[in-house]
Amino acid sequence: MTEHTVSSYDEELTTIAGRIAEMGGVAEELVSDAVSALMRRDLVLADQTIAKDVKLDELLLDIEMRNVQVIARRQPMGQDLREIMAAGRIANDLERVGDMAKNVAKRVIAMDEGLKSSTLAIGVEHMTELALAQLKAVLDAYTRRDADAAKLVRDRDSEVDAIYTSIFRELLTYMMEDPRNITQCAHLLFCAKNIERIGDHATNIAENVYYMVTGDRLTDDRPRMDETGVADKENA
Amino acid sequence: MVRKPLPMNEMPNTVEKVTDMTETKIAARKVQVYYGDTHAIQDVDIDIQAKAVTAFIGPSGCGKSTFLRTLNRMNDTIDVCRVEGDIKIDGEDIYDPKVDPVQLRAKVGMVFQKPNPFPKSIYDNVAYGPRIHGLASKKAELDEIVASSLQKAGLWNEVKDRLDGPGTGLSGGQQQRLCIARAIAVSPEVILMDEPCSALDPIATAKVEELIDELRENYTIVIVTHSMQQAARVSQQTAFFHLGILVELGATQDIFTNPQDKRTQDYITGRFG
Amino acid sequence: MTETTLSPAPSSAETPAAPAKGKSLYALDKLTQKRNASETRFKAYGITAILIGLFFLVVLAVSIISEGTPAFTRTVVEVEFAVSQEQFDDAEKQLFKTRAYENLFISGLKQQLDESGVTVPFDEAAIERLLGKPGNTIRSFFRENPDQIGQPVGFELAASSRVDGYMNGRVTRDNIVDSRFLMKSDLDIADALVEAGIIKTAFNWNFITGADSGVDNPGGAGIGASAVGSFFMMLVVLFLSLPIGVAASIYLEEFAPQNRITDMIEVNISNLAAVPSIVFGILGLAVFIQFMHLPQSAPLVGGLVLTLMTLPTIIISTRASLKAVPPSIRDAALGIGASKMQAIFHHVLPLAMPGILTGTIIGLAQALGETAPLLLIGMVGFVARGYPDGLIAGFTEPNSAMPAQIYTWAARADYAFYEKAWGGIIVLLVFLLSMNILAIILRRRFERRW
Repeated sequence: MTEHTVSSYDEELTTIAGRIAEMGGVAEELVSDAVSALMRRDLVLADQTIAKDVKLDELLLDIEMRNVQVIARRQPMGQDLREIMAAGRIANDLERVGDMAKNVAKRVIAMDEGLKSSTLAIGVEHMTELALAQLKAVLDAYTRRDADAAKLVRDRDSEVDAIYTSIFRELLTYMMEDPRNITQCAHLLFCAKNIERIGDHATNIAENVYYMVTGDRLTDDRPRMDETGVADKENA
Repeated sequence: MVRKPLPMNEMPNTVEKVTDMTETKIAARKVQVYYGDTHAIQDVDIDIQAKAVTAFIGPSGCGKSTFLRTLNRMNDTIDVCRVEGDIKIDGEDIYDPKVDPVQLRAKVGMVFQKPNPFPKSIYDNVAYGPRIHGLASKKAELDEIVASSLQKAGLWNEVKDRLDGPGTGLSGGQQQRLCIARAIAVSPEVILMDEPCSALDPIATAKVEELIDELRENYTIVIVTHSMQQAARVSQQTAFFHLGILVELGATQDIFTNPQDKRTQDYITGRFG
Repeated sequence: MTETTLSPAPSSAETPAAPAKGKSLYALDKLTQKRNASETRFKAYGITAILIGLFFLVVLAVSIISEGTPAFTRTVVEVEFAVSQEQFDDAEKQLFKTRAYENLFISGLKQQLDESGVTVPFDEAAIERLLGKPGNTIRSFFRENPDQIGQPVGFELAASSRVDGYMNGRVTRDNIVDSRFLMKSDLDIADALVEAGIIKTAFNWNFITGADSGVDNPGGAGIGASAVGSFFMMLVVLFLSLPIGVAASIYLEEFAPQNRITDMIEVNISNLAAVPSIVFGILGLAVFIQFMHLPQSAPLVGGLVLTLMTLPTIIISTRASLKAVPPSIRDAALGIGASKMQAIFHHVLPLAMPGILTGTIIGLAQALGETAPLLLIGMVGFVARGYPDGLIAGFTEPNSAMPAQIYTWAARADYAFYEKAWGGIIVLLVFLLSMNILAIILRRRFERRW
């Protein structure tokens, strides 16, 4: 896209985009650290992860402040307006992603016994990989302003959902097999749910990227399944 | 690329309540305007909705004012100016040889960039139009027209005690509203406004914009403006002109959030250059 | 900064944020000094120019007033005496009737001198030199007013121009040469008459109201008749050039299509304004008198010629003031559906009126002071000896105009006429001044309508 006549306006927009990318990086790191801590039962890492979430909150505040200033000073229109609005919402989503990761880390600390068998968590790990890939892809789409890539991310969210459903069933089976597993499995189930929510946030971001680039909203005809197995239409 | 005006009913969550009437007041087809050898306006097709505000935006020299002035044949006063194509108001071709531009201008009023009250009293400013068009036979009727026009222009309370005072003694914003009252006084159906706020301060601008919003209940308004924010604030329909071409026409909310043409996009985001 | 130091040049260490400092504002650099000097020089030139102008204006005004005021006074001899019916009848019977009246007058004068106790020897010839021939005036008075016979009547008779000159210092005992017009001894008589209160100076109404006199009687010459001629000429100019000029300007400015023909017309109008006025005189002579056979020397013809001369001025100034009306006013009127005519006559013309009036007055003033074209249509050769009778006659009967009259007087040999010429200039200037004041008043009236 050509540059603005007022170059400082360009700088402001670029800075905001940079901050989003930074937030994305931090969020990814948090998620992978949290899950690593879970898998390796690394309480130190879990603590670090919790501490790092503050960084995301700071970045969110920074982006929100910058957005308000750009709106007040530049009265953005068209693409710029969409970019500002999308940046605010994406930052929010990323902050939520951080919260999810923090929640997982907290559960690592809460599960004092540690994982009895890592096989229980393999599904979660796999799911995390997928969700992280989604997050990476969508952040990539954001930096490249790639609407098609964003659309692809959204379409792939059902995979995460599918894995989550299968993990749900699996953990349910474990809990029925041996009631001693219940505490651990419940924690794991919540972790899985958190990861699944990360996937949802990636989807939200994808939708915002798509809107930002094209100005159109993705029509909401994507089938969604949650653990209830009931199809519904999500309304963001 | 010209979009069909207002595919509004397809839009979910419409933010602004738009009159559901989509009756066309002015229909222009293949309009060409020449200034001597210069082809100032090329192939403009536009439908202007009745009882709504249509804004013309575009960089200086893009032809938006020129096109506006073809709508009440103000360009006739310029010798070298030539207009081709079809402009119909309520289905009547305004460039038909049978049409007298003077009568047309009573139906299509105009408000100009610089407030230009006559150097006469406030009363005479408003009463001039009705007088020359013979709209009032008695003094009482004329008084009534003047009062109601000033009321509609939201100026009555400010000037009712000094109707004999000079129109040029008012503040800029009041002068512009006086000019609007003067235009309303001849009961036009369409009011053309050529950058009506460009010489006003923000508060006076806000008052005029408020007035425009009120007037659209009864009048079809076409406004040329340099301020995109103003177009976004007051209009329901926006047309973007560039180099004598109508680049894009659409519902205002679409033009300002999601323009379809690259040139519109560049213009409204401040990337022209 | 916590501490404020007033040291003129703080070291850079104390003010690290300040960028490299330029020169002090107190020190003027070369360029500024040069610029200021040239500005001062220019102001001085301007003031000098104005002072030079003022100086000449003052010189002009002083010389006009000092040279011209004597024209407004005249020296009169006031004598009161009675003529009885017998004396009247007796005088009417004589061959030289006026001589008889003169004798009566002289005896009256003698009696009056005796009464005041002044004795001076004088004879008939001296009286004639002093007063011209008073007999005729006395005779015609009594012939017209027979009821005054037998009663004492005060006669106020104009003294001859030499005496007049003596009274206002133009003629002195040193520069006088005995001639048939004035002898040195006459001055003694004049002095005695002054002493007796018989010779006085009075305001010369005749100069303002009267007509021109013959070359031998500068004392009786007046500018009134030619002022009337000028007035009628101005009427012709005003009523022809204003409507024609304004109509032409409005058409050219507002309606005429822009093409080669109108361009040519415009150029020619501008050129006409620069044509020497004598050319208009030739034109008037050829067209109005020789071709159209209009009466020669008539204010009508003069007015027509001056109209031609004034038109370009009025057209140019009217067009300029029409152009100066902001186009927004036209737009405003057209925008609410006024026709072009309505827009112009309701809005543009009233706003242009002050400018049009100014142009018209300038044109009229120019026409009023114009002499050259009048030379050619005979308004200079003719000497007005009376007022026109009636309005129509005012236009068609031969008359003179003020500048032409002044020109005629200035060309005459007698020095007294030279004085009259200066006086005429004062009247002309007063005429012009009142026209300008009228214009200013009219302009104010129009301008008051915002």
